[in-house]
Amino acid sequence: MSEMVAPERYRSLGELLRDALLTFKSEIALVEASRKKEKSAYTYADFSREAMKVARQLEEAGIGAGDRVAVLMSNQPRWLISAYAAMYRGCVLVPLDYKLEAPEQAALLAHAKPQALFVEYPIYRLFGEGDIDVPFTVVSEAPASEDLGAARRYEDFLEGNDGDATAPAFVQREREDVAAIVYSSGTGGQPKGCMLTNDAYLEQYRGLGSLFPMTTGDRYFSILPTNHAIDFMVGFVGPICGGAAIIHQRSLRPEFINWTMKEYGVTHMAVVPLILEAFERRIRERLDETKPTTRGFLEVLTSFNQLLTDRKPNHDISRRLLKPVHDAFGGHLKMIFCGGAFTDQARAEFFYRLGIPVVIGYGLTEACTVATVNDLKPFRGDSVGKAVDGVEIRIDTPTGQGIGQVLVKGRTLMKGYLDDDEQTAESIKDGWLQTGDLGWLDASGHLHLVGRSKNMIVTAGGKNVYPEDIEQKFEGLPCDELAVFATNFIWPGGDLEDELLVAVYRGEDGDDEALRSELAQRNHRLPDFKRVGGLVRWDEDFPRTASMKLKRGVLADMLRENLERAAIRPL
Amino acid sequence: MTDIETKLITLASKRFDKDATGFTATDDFFEKLGIDSYQAMDMLTEVEEAFDVEIPDYELNGVNTFGGLAQVIGRRL
Repeated sequence: MSEMVAPERYRSLGELLRDALLTFKSEIALVEASRKKEKSAYTYADFSREAMKVARQLEEAGIGAGDRVAVLMSNQPRWLISAYAAMYRGCVLVPLDYKLEAPEQAALLAHAKPQALFVEYPIYRLFGEGDIDVPFTVVSEAPASEDLGAARRYEDFLEGNDGDATAPAFVQREREDVAAIVYSSGTGGQPKGCMLTNDAYLEQYRGLGSLFPMTTGDRYFSILPTNHAIDFMVGFVGPICGGAAIIHQRSLRPEFINWTMKEYGVTHMAVVPLILEAFERRIRERLDETKPTTRGFLEVLTSFNQLLTDRKPNHDISRRLLKPVHDAFGGHLKMIFCGGAFTDQARAEFFYRLGIPVVIGYGLTEACTVATVNDLKPFRGDSVGKAVDGVEIRIDTPTGQGIGQVLVKGRTLMKGYLDDDEQTAESIKDGWLQTGDLGWLDASGHLHLVGRSKNMIVTAGGKNVYPEDIEQKFEGLPCDELAVFATNFIWPGGDLEDELLVAVYRGEDGDDEALRSELAQRNHRLPDFKRVGGLVRWDEDFPRTASMKLKRGVLADMLRENLERAAIRPL
Repeated sequence: MTDIETKLITLASKRFDKDATGFTATDDFFEKLGIDSYQAMDMLTEVEEAFDVEIPDYELNGVNTFGGLAQVIGRRL
């Protein structure tokens, strides 16, 4: 078994990946399944070979050092191959969320201004004419009959055996150069493109890789969108640098997820709490179906497993003791990384008792991937873990109970937001990232999150939702003024598992019903995670600046001082 | 309502043990069935079997009403 490629001696992420692809050349790197069939498989050498074909096209188009290359694809091998080809050419990667709607994706493309775009046809076809203004657009999987205009076909790059062709030039970048621009939010308002350097990624990989190394024989199932910081690091950089295989499944329905886990013996995966909840539901349904005697026996084995793995996980013991449970997940699952939103303690503990450790971390895109993580020595479900090596955590102006805003410092922090010095200055002060999350540190340095002080919510599906992005959808409603807030911004310290957006409005007496009805209709047209869940009536003028901009913080203070949470009326 | 919409609503309400009385094509199925996106995906295999179609995941982006899902099915029939 080869050791993972150590990041310390590399200057750029592209250089690190290039060496990993060479180191593990005969190992399986990528497997793609579609429903219950394998669609393709690549060794590390295959991965490199295809990436060189793509990189050559970039080179011929004059795309290289510092040029931005966007990737807009669902999780599949070509996502990683295109991204690596871009990094090989010294480009700045711009991963975009394939789950956004086309106008939102177009807005981010307009903001990032990439020189190249790799996009899947099912996504590409939803763009309107003129939506994509990118000089070098490459469309994957387009039907042969489709006229793509000036855009290229990815498949054309793969034609011919170019084994004798000269390899495209590798373009070295330095640690301080930006490696990727990752959007943390702002699809409807001001886009926040976090500029992350090579140093941030290499440093993050050093910290995480030492805690949770993936090696040859490990199989990571990539189901979180790869543009998401977690999957990019844990499901791309981590496995590749360790010689592990990455499994993609085109249909992320529960039955195909189950099949994939069994078929490929998945050992690692990263999920958001929503999926973890579904996994728990699946186990509980199975347990309910078993006879009471079997269930009782399993409970005894669960307690025994808990006793044996109290200090640290032992996959082999747990797997043998609780075979039926482990078999439901393919029988090889060693751990689940869970992030992107608040993870329920009881749920994490439920899995740990069954011998499937849930690694809970806390991070923000602005801090690369994670700032703190539970190291499983021992497992703790009550905390989001300790600071990753090289990261500092501080609690700003703590209350008597030690609670305050969580501040993060370290080399993993972004350089700033793309083209937005104002937001960057608000976000990073004296080198400390102002997370807007409230928490406290215990004596062992474990961080506990208790609330959020910024005006946003994070859904169980891991989506960051900023009220400012939604307000424009409610323009023209029958009221005098309206603003959308996250409840925790008005009343901090609320439940992080059930965050809510509320519409605060000022209007004439008696028009509530008209407002409620129209707001409900507009709400209905929004994706479920962007919907407002309640109404709050406020009778005074909203505080505004001379230019009539809402003083959101002042209004929140006024609401907090005068109203209780009970003032929220459900829609 | 179209035949597809009626059949879809009957199937979905049965799957999640809901009374479909009053359900309409414009209703949000997440709301009416009280399900999350993961459970919605789970329902699709039954939908495919009932209508004898194959629906790729990407066709479902942004679809949240019975009518919207019926349209996706209709395009594949």
